[in-house]
Amino acid sequence: MTGTTIDKAGPSRAAPKYGSMKRDRLWALRWSYFFLTLFAIFFLIPPIYMFITSLKTSAEISAAKNPWWVFNPTLSNYIELLGSPIYLNFFKNSAIVSVSVVVITMLIAIPAAFALSRMRFWGSATLATGVFLTYLIPETLLFLPLFKMFAVFNELTGIQLLNRWWVLLVVYPTLTVPFCTWIMIGYFASIPKELDEAAIIDGASWMQTLIRIFVPVALPGIIAATIFAFTVSWAQFLYPIAFTTSIDQLVLPVGIITTLIKGDVFNWGQIMTGALLGAAPPLIIYAFLMDYYIAGLTAGATKG
Amino acid sequence: MVDATANAAAQLKRVKPAPRSRLRRFFEKKSTIAFFMALPLIMLIFTLVIYPAFYAIYLTTLNKRMTGTAWMRNCSYLPDWICTYIPFGNLQFLLTRETFWMVFWQSCLFAISAVIFKALIGFIVSHFVHNVPSKGQRKWRGMLLVPWVIPAAMSTLAWQWLFDPSYSAFNWILAQFDIERISWTGVAPWARFSVILVNIWIGAPFFMIMYLAALKSVPDQLYEAAEIDGANWWQRIWYVTLPMMRNIIAITALFSTIVTFANFDIVRILTAGGPLDKTHLFATWAFRLGIEGGDIPLGATVSLFMVPILAVAAAFILRDITRRGNEA
Repeated sequence: MTGTTIDKAGPSRAAPKYGSMKRDRLWALRWSYFFLTLFAIFFLIPPIYMFITSLKTSAEISAAKNPWWVFNPTLSNYIELLGSPIYLNFFKNSAIVSVSVVVITMLIAIPAAFALSRMRFWGSATLATGVFLTYLIPETLLFLPLFKMFAVFNELTGIQLLNRWWVLLVVYPTLTVPFCTWIMIGYFASIPKELDEAAIIDGASWMQTLIRIFVPVALPGIIAATIFAFTVSWAQFLYPIAFTTSIDQLVLPVGIITTLIKGDVFNWGQIMTGALLGAAPPLIIYAFLMDYYIAGLTAGATKG
Repeated sequence: MVDATANAAAQLKRVKPAPRSRLRRFFEKKSTIAFFMALPLIMLIFTLVIYPAFYAIYLTTLNKRMTGTAWMRNCSYLPDWICTYIPFGNLQFLLTRETFWMVFWQSCLFAISAVIFKALIGFIVSHFVHNVPSKGQRKWRGMLLVPWVIPAAMSTLAWQWLFDPSYSAFNWILAQFDIERISWTGVAPWARFSVILVNIWIGAPFFMIMYLAALKSVPDQLYEAAEIDGANWWQRIWYVTLPMMRNIIAITALFSTIVTFANFDIVRILTAGGPLDKTHLFATWAFRLGIEGGDIPLGATVSLFMVPILAVAAAFILRDITRRGNEA
């Protein structure tokens, strides 16, 4: 007890004996910085190495020189990739798929979350739990039955889904909608009840209450959910590699892996460039909207 | 003011009388509207999640070409009604396969060791970030979360290049210290190590963020009280931090167990299951058998083996979340 009181008055008196706690803290801080630097190096090596390699020509990569340094930086890999129609087509497919999936997800998740958190109907509590459970089902469990289902669907209706990029518009919402609904339920639940009661009394319909009041108030949650849906659909790998094979139907991650890696051809400069450009959209979103990104990330466990 | 309310009341009276049909009343009921607002979600879950899940169970009973049932063979040691009437042919095929048991152990090894190390690293790093003055925390947090933000397929490509058999940048560093080159993805023990390492690299930041959020929610007074009572840092962690974070530690670990156990991207890109199937997980093996091998029923059977473990983890998470929901 006395120790703390003296410590509080400590600095002016410069008593080294009691200042030890402060000195401990200082050392703890220094060690923290030291280890944080080590971990940061570990966590940043692959992206940095991607960048280093992307600036090299194949000749420099295969030379027995220090791989961690760029001796003759060149942008030829970037120019070549961004001028290649195949690669741009991957980029276009990815962008169309991700943006459409975000829109579909929001159109499904927001009304559903509103209904589940505010309006209640028979079985709504069970459905909310079910939504969360669906989020826990990994895609690796469902891709084979879905594959067969789409094949059968084609036989029955003549509509081809397999090997067309729009099949991804059908399956990606199963990955994004449950989680987005779940975090939107959390956000909607935090809005005071008086707000929608007032709106209803003033004669607003439920739809109007949702669009005019809940959506603006819960906008941070919607942004977090949007970011989540976009990054998940941008990064998804299993569904596109299982369901699409023609080069013009591929999305970016699968496209890079199936077309740029060509066995014997030594192509790592371009592969790393492609991978870096493929990682750019999520990274840019993250750089500008970090707080929303993290809010969406932690919402799963801290809300609800 | 009084006038206005009277006016409104009068208007209300005027609007009310028109008698509405029963159907219309049904559609204007709150619960009906709510049901229709949730209908797309319900349809999505039923047609694209629940139906395929049961369809997978049906698929496991079919033979490779999906033209008939996969009956068991050479099963005279079993009671007749199991042997001839229960279509467990795929199951029997798998259980008698050495590769299957190898994949089973590899999946367990992969998931358990990766989750433990991710949790440990996440816990340690979150403490370091928490120690730093809050002005600099944002910067560190931003840097340390990068592996989680990059799409896993893209960063695994970078690792594949770092582990390249002949141009590995790690081997170059080792060579500077006269250490013999390591075949990172070429021999089974190192290949397993590499796959787990990449998974830890991708997943640890997620743990870090979750634990950091949990650390921030622990009231400072508790630490002050512990310090006054003479607790050293180890006791502070054991008696204050861990009990306060228990819930989030458990949920994050369980959640990560599900995701790690069902992982596909990393193994598929880094080793494609090799060398000699020594790094296959359930998901990648199911892909190899089902999509590449064209035996969808067998692949579906493999992936269904993930269900028991996922179900246990999901049950724990659900229990935890409903319990906290009741507390709040």
